[in-house]
Amino acid sequence: MENIIEVKQLKKDFDGFDAVNNITFNVKKGEVFGLLGPNGAGKTTTIRMLIGILKPTQGEVFIKEYNVRKEPIKVKQIMGIVPEFADAYTDLSALRNLLLTGELYGIERKKSIQKAISLLKKFELYEKRHQKVKTFSKGMRQRLILAMALMNDAEILFLDEPTSGLDVESTRLIRQLIRKFNKDGVTIFLTTHNIEEADLLCDRVAIMNQGKIIAIDRPELLKNIMKKISSIEVAFKKDLKEEDLYFKGVEKVNKMGDKFRIFGEKTLEIILSLIKYSRKSENEIISLRMIEPSLEDIFVKLTNKNENP
Amino acid sequence: MKILEQLKRSFAITKKDLSIYYLKGSVIIQGLLIPGFVFISFIFRREMPIDSIIPGLLGMALFFTVSAITPVITPWETRMRTFERLVSSPIYLWTIILGDIVASVLFGLFVVSFIMLAGILLLGVEIISFPLILGTIVAAFCFSSLGTLISAPPADKPSDIMLIASLIKFPLIFISGVFVPITEMGKLKILSFFSPLTYYTDLARYSMQGISLLSPFVNILILFIFTILLFLFSLIWHHKSLDKRF
Repeated sequence: MENIIEVKQLKKDFDGFDAVNNITFNVKKGEVFGLLGPNGAGKTTTIRMLIGILKPTQGEVFIKEYNVRKEPIKVKQIMGIVPEFADAYTDLSALRNLLLTGELYGIERKKSIQKAISLLKKFELYEKRHQKVKTFSKGMRQRLILAMALMNDAEILFLDEPTSGLDVESTRLIRQLIRKFNKDGVTIFLTTHNIEEADLLCDRVAIMNQGKIIAIDRPELLKNIMKKISSIEVAFKKDLKEEDLYFKGVEKVNKMGDKFRIFGEKTLEIILSLIKYSRKSENEIISLRMIEPSLEDIFVKLTNKNENP
Repeated sequence: MKILEQLKRSFAITKKDLSIYYLKGSVIIQGLLIPGFVFISFIFRREMPIDSIIPGLLGMALFFTVSAITPVITPWETRMRTFERLVSSPIYLWTIILGDIVASVLFGLFVVSFIMLAGILLLGVEIISFPLILGTIVAAFCFSSLGTLISAPPADKPSDIMLIASLIKFPLIFISGVFVPITEMGKLKILSFFSPLTYYTDLARYSMQGISLLSPFVNILILFIFTILLFLFSLIWHHKSLDKRF
């Protein structure tokens, strides 16, 4: 499959701080590519350089055959963009916002009206098309912004945290629509700090931290890492030592207040061992739960792996 | 062809600005009342002939109305997060700035036409002349370009920019022959040449009283040069501050 986005040694320096530090990657035509990382990782700065609104300190970005720095208008003409926290014009109606977008993309008036109405129906906003956006909920606004990004039949859609802070229903609808538009051939580049979202939507994921890309692979890779660093949190009625909990398969035990956090790949075997130990030592288990690793845990794991190969 | 397409897109921004920022009762009333009140407070009990009042009022009304909203559009849209969407569209920065300028020019000309109409119908002043109409249009572009230049610092609080705007606009009123003819300004006369408002007031004074410092077409030419320079400075500064807006 041909590359539709090519990023070469991209760097952005803000007064001596490397927000993005020498990243290189490609996105294939028709794929959903996710940039996953915690807040402050450099995702939004990266996406802003890709869409041509921030000048890189170093490096080049190519979208299709166009150099973003040299031909920003041609590049923007074929992309749809949903910036993080972006808003529509709240004093205009939903329909007027879409028509304004159509005008900014040079779409013929008649075609623009047809497209706007079709998108309003798809995004379940048609009934409220004449209402001012300031009366909309956050979910409705985000749907409208996504609809605005699709006005120009974009070949590539850039979505910066598209479901951040949304209610469950809007999140579900937006995810469904992202999948649908991808099925129709639109390449999607999205940033997220949500592992589940990356897993659900993306064909490939780049993990970013402190301005650097740590790994690029299919979401399956993430799942494997998650399994490796899953842990169990347990509390016993009577006090005991960390050494008592090193059963078969246990890699590490940390005492945290009156609880113990036990790390190991085979979590089910460890739980059975804990129950057996509790019966044998007549020390009742007060609480027991599986701890899913945080994104930070995965980053730490990957960063350590990168630094100490 | 590309420029024509960008101009069309620029006009979309003009329409957006007019419907969001200008076509509101409060803004129109402010545009008409503020220059009027400021002017009346200065000429009160000064026994000035009516045809020497109107040029100053015209100059001040155009200057205030045209440069009232342009300085705050960019910081306001930066704050409301609509500016990022706008610059993500396939348009140049000049397309956005020109759209903002044209909106304020249309608004300013609408307000000033009321003052001209009042001058003609109520006071019987002979105002309309070709140089004045041409000069009013060029001056409107000039003052609006000054407004976009004021909006260039990467602030996202309109109040910060309003403060800068007031610090620039009010002193200009006093050195531009609005209240006192330039010929009577003494040593301050030198300063007046640095203000574009001077040339418009001088032009308006010529159109109504037949007296002026410079010929009408020299005034228009200087206003035109000011417009080009202010637009270019504004564009360069906006480009430089773009990175800091996000």
